[in-house]
Amino acid sequence: MITFIVRRLLLTIPTLLVISLVIFLLLELAPGDPMAQVPLTVPPEVKEKMREALGLGQPVHVRYVKWLYQFFVVEPSLMIDWLTRDSFLLGWMPDTSLYNGDLRVISWQTRSPVMDIVVQRLPQTLWVVGMGYLFGVLIALPIGIYSAYRQYSIFDQVGTFVSMVGFSVPTFFTGVLLIVIFSVELGWFPSIYDTTLKVNSFESFLMQVRQMAMPVTVLALYNAAQISRFMRSSMLDNLNQDYVRTARAKGLSEKVVVLIHVLRNSMIPVVTVIALGVPQVFGGAIITEQVFKVNGLGQLLIGAIEANDLPMVQTLTFIFALLIVMFNLIADVLYGIIDPRIRYD
Amino acid sequence: MTDASSAPRNQWLDVWLQFKSHKGALVGGIVFALIVLTVFVGPWIWTIDPTHVEIRARNKPPSLSYPFGTDQLGRDMLARMMAGGRVSISVGLTAMALAITLGSSVGLLAGYFKRLDWPLMRLTEVFQSLPLLPLLLVMVTLFREPLAGAFGPEKGTFILIVGAIGVTSWMATARIVRGSVLALKEREFVLAARSIGTSDHKMILRHILPNVVSPIMVSATLGIAAAIITESALSFLGLGFPPDFPTWGRLLYDAVDYMQQYPSRVMWPGIAISLTVLSVNYLGDGLRDALDPRIRGR
Repeated sequence: MITFIVRRLLLTIPTLLVISLVIFLLLELAPGDPMAQVPLTVPPEVKEKMREALGLGQPVHVRYVKWLYQFFVVEPSLMIDWLTRDSFLLGWMPDTSLYNGDLRVISWQTRSPVMDIVVQRLPQTLWVVGMGYLFGVLIALPIGIYSAYRQYSIFDQVGTFVSMVGFSVPTFFTGVLLIVIFSVELGWFPSIYDTTLKVNSFESFLMQVRQMAMPVTVLALYNAAQISRFMRSSMLDNLNQDYVRTARAKGLSEKVVVLIHVLRNSMIPVVTVIALGVPQVFGGAIITEQVFKVNGLGQLLIGAIEANDLPMVQTLTFIFALLIVMFNLIADVLYGIIDPRIRYD
Repeated sequence: MTDASSAPRNQWLDVWLQFKSHKGALVGGIVFALIVLTVFVGPWIWTIDPTHVEIRARNKPPSLSYPFGTDQLGRDMLARMMAGGRVSISVGLTAMALAITLGSSVGLLAGYFKRLDWPLMRLTEVFQSLPLLPLLLVMVTLFREPLAGAFGPEKGTFILIVGAIGVTSWMATARIVRGSVLALKEREFVLAARSIGTSDHKMILRHILPNVVSPIMVSATLGIAAAIITESALSFLGLGFPPDFPTWGRLLYDAVDYMQQYPSRVMWPGIAISLTVLSVNYLGDGLRDALDPRIRGR
């Protein structure tokens, strides 16, 4: 298992390099110029200096390697310094000073380090997307299990239809629909997510819950629809197997047969699907964030694309890619851990 | 069904019988056909120009002369919905065709030629690890101007969006086709064909391809739905077609600003997208059940 993980980790390095190169070269074709908004009265030699300050004006391969160095060496060293100095978890460790003042990845929009902005935006995305996914999984599993157990019953028919609808209706329509119903007509929930809200009392906590309700519902329904379909079909695969008949013949109760024997075997592919879905959810949440004006990573990306902020777009897109590769690895490892029949070596 | 057993049975007849028994698929197919018919034939009956601005008749509620009402510039919503549907469904069909062609070719080559398997599958993996929505957004913003300059704003955006969706959604088809080809290659009829000296070219076109048509058809159907959703999502984010060129996603995006006063304007395009995708998904489900007897009823 350890050798498998190590081998798999080594394989991700070329994959990540290829992906980052693809993104870099794609952005290289961009027609935008970060100096476009600088007034015409600024003399050309000053502009040239500004260009150099932004890390431009060098050949493509030099900038690519520089970006790699900044992303994989400079930013992690800053991160480790922060972890050992200020963080709650690892603050007790001796302070490190790995960061030596190298130039970080700088956003063209704000002229501040990209990673600082990402860190500011991350909590909103994590809360909304994370809750949406968590609730989605929690709803999907029981529905999938019961649908499969009572195949072709009314519950199954309705459940299958609802999950088909949930899977087909795009999140930008469910989101808008919820806004029309619950904030325009009924006025229960705010339609805009207020990031400046500080949760320090019970009222502000209630406010936070209310503003999170709709985006989380939209994401939860969409994810639940997909996962419950997988859960149902995986349960159906197992329910007709011989070992289930054996378990029943031994006189085990239905509860034990279904919830222990069948469920454990059915969870194997579903856990992989859940792990593989996490990065997709981050990508898909771009739309939900846009609908509810949550200023998370998705909105940051769209703003950066519109403003032609290439370092930001490059870094964010690569972070999304990194998430996908990482969760692919996690899914593979989980598969090996929960299914003893899988032997990687 | 019982009296058919005496005559030699046609494989596609079996598929049709199985498909017919899947009520959802049948309804889905009929609904999709109706939507396509309305959207493509409708403009001959309802001849109002979708871009005609009637400023005195703006924000009209549904009435006899404007069955879906009018928008903030007095353009007829019914005509705009049909024009939008034409674009959305054309994008869906064309992007699907591109993705299926790419995916089947990669899958066939990777499955059939051992030399190509490793590089093509690594390529597929890299594409699967790319964050697709962000990349689509980037591609659309980067290439919109040059393509619009080369082909005109409408055709340029169409080519761009179809190309971008096609290039980013062939991977699943490639993997499925490769798997089927690998299994087919071990069958006796392939060995028989090879023993009489069939060339690789003939082998793929005459023996392998007809046998992988069913998985390709299923992923083609599901691909239409995915492409329509992706196009609408791009338009919804304001990165799709230009404003005077309606698609369902664009209509929804434009209507969101007036959501408080005229909620029905959000509903029409939203319902149209959802109904189309739902019917296509049911169609795909039914096709899968009809073509693959092992997974019937899942």
